[in-house]
Amino acid sequence: MNTKKTSLYQLHQESNAKFVEFAGYQMPIQYSEGIVEEHKFTRNHSGIFDVSHMGQLFIYGGENLINDLEKIFPLDLKNLKLNHSKYSFLMDKDAGIHDDLIITKTNEGFLIILNAACKDNDFKILKELLEEKYKMVLDENRSLIAIQGPKSSQILNDVVAGVKDLNFMSGNWFSFQDQKVYITRSGYTGEDGFEISIPNDFVDKLTRELINKGSKLIGLGARDTLRLEAGLCLYGHDLDKDKTPVEANLKWAISKERISKGDFIGSDIIIKQLNNGVSKIRVGIKPEGRIIAREKTKIFNQSDVHIGEITSGTFGPSVNGPVAMGYIENEFSKKDTKVFLEVRGKKHPANICGLPFYKKSYVKGAIK
Amino acid sequence: MSEVKYSKEHEWIKLEGDVATIGITKHATEMLGDIVFAELPEKGSNVEKDGTAGVVESTKAASDVYTPVSGEVVDTNQAIVDDPSKINQDPEDSAWFFKLKIKDQSEMDTLMNKDDYDKFAKETSA
Repeated sequence: MNTKKTSLYQLHQESNAKFVEFAGYQMPIQYSEGIVEEHKFTRNHSGIFDVSHMGQLFIYGGENLINDLEKIFPLDLKNLKLNHSKYSFLMDKDAGIHDDLIITKTNEGFLIILNAACKDNDFKILKELLEEKYKMVLDENRSLIAIQGPKSSQILNDVVAGVKDLNFMSGNWFSFQDQKVYITRSGYTGEDGFEISIPNDFVDKLTRELINKGSKLIGLGARDTLRLEAGLCLYGHDLDKDKTPVEANLKWAISKERISKGDFIGSDIIIKQLNNGVSKIRVGIKPEGRIIAREKTKIFNQSDVHIGEITSGTFGPSVNGPVAMGYIENEFSKKDTKVFLEVRGKKHPANICGLPFYKKSYVKGAIK
Repeated sequence: MSEVKYSKEHEWIKLEGDVATIGITKHATEMLGDIVFAELPEKGSNVEKDGTAGVVESTKAASDVYTPVSGEVVDTNQAIVDDPSKINQDPEDSAWFFKLKIKDQSEMDTLMNKDDYDKFAKETSA
């Protein structure tokens, strides 16, 4: 199978990227400075991430579309303001997660950002659920970049005037070189930042301008350490079809209004789990020493009983130590519970902890 | 008199008398990326040629460290356990991993010299 390249491929090459294949794309895992430096630069300055492999699904429609999407997503889309975004999930009838996503209400309908590995399947599922009543475009002609970190607002505003006035989780159309770009104040690093949807032919130019203003390209390696420190889930690891949003400890993302109605796909299970509790739940886990517990590491309690499994684990450069999250039997999920992680045949002590590992610095307007 | 030799698993080994100092090559550190964790064999333990004798982890993955010769571990470098980033900074000198009192000098003959290793590293990473 041919791997695809994003429109920034040449710039990645010029920037000495190491490439990996990810979801069928040649993507930069890191550049010459390495993951730790890239991670820290994002936290302290500003980093640019090529996330053009992710799906940008535009669905066009009005009131009827809103009603139909509310049967699919556990969101109060009727009361969602124009150009505002929500984190959500595409679920099956058992509330298993097909994908996690960001959905934004636009003047023409909705823009949904989907995971690269899931986007084609998501498209198929949504097309069936919406019975082909609406125009749906999984846009291959647009690229997506994220710019993240405390200096990003000023840097991007120097290139695209006005973006600094956006509130967290809201967006709008802006103009770059007479091209329409859709920019939201969002991201997946735990830092203030933006995601920019721009026609493929202009993404190289925009990215170079942002680099000239002091931002740097950051690879997928640092994107992973940043999101894990921020306590954010990665689909295919922390989320999948065998886990529900309640088990994933993401019930904050489910609209209370919609739960009371219980008329979306998976709502029966969600309501049952909210009322009766769940047997396993996602938690943060902090190893006591320097040992790194990676995905699939087994978790044991103090009586040596197997009680769970790590779903993401790495070294957190800003925490300066190992960080992990995983699913654990509910009775052991309380903060500060001591557990043991089996790494290379030995059990190492760790503690259940709150998320995020690294305190976020989102801009004002973050809490509504 | 000392001679540095290299293994196919990207370790270097420097023999002085019957004590060998072992570490990983610069090429290995470049392939691994930022090293954030190191585990070394226990002092006094015996390790066998081509067996595992430690672990290094980058942000991305864990990799075993092998010993290119057999022997008894007589010293380990705690400095790289305390600050694993030293391995990226100076892999072929101050960031050595462990020292062995070796059993069989002839095991050294199976290893590569610098020119052969450089060629090998270039070919295998191409």
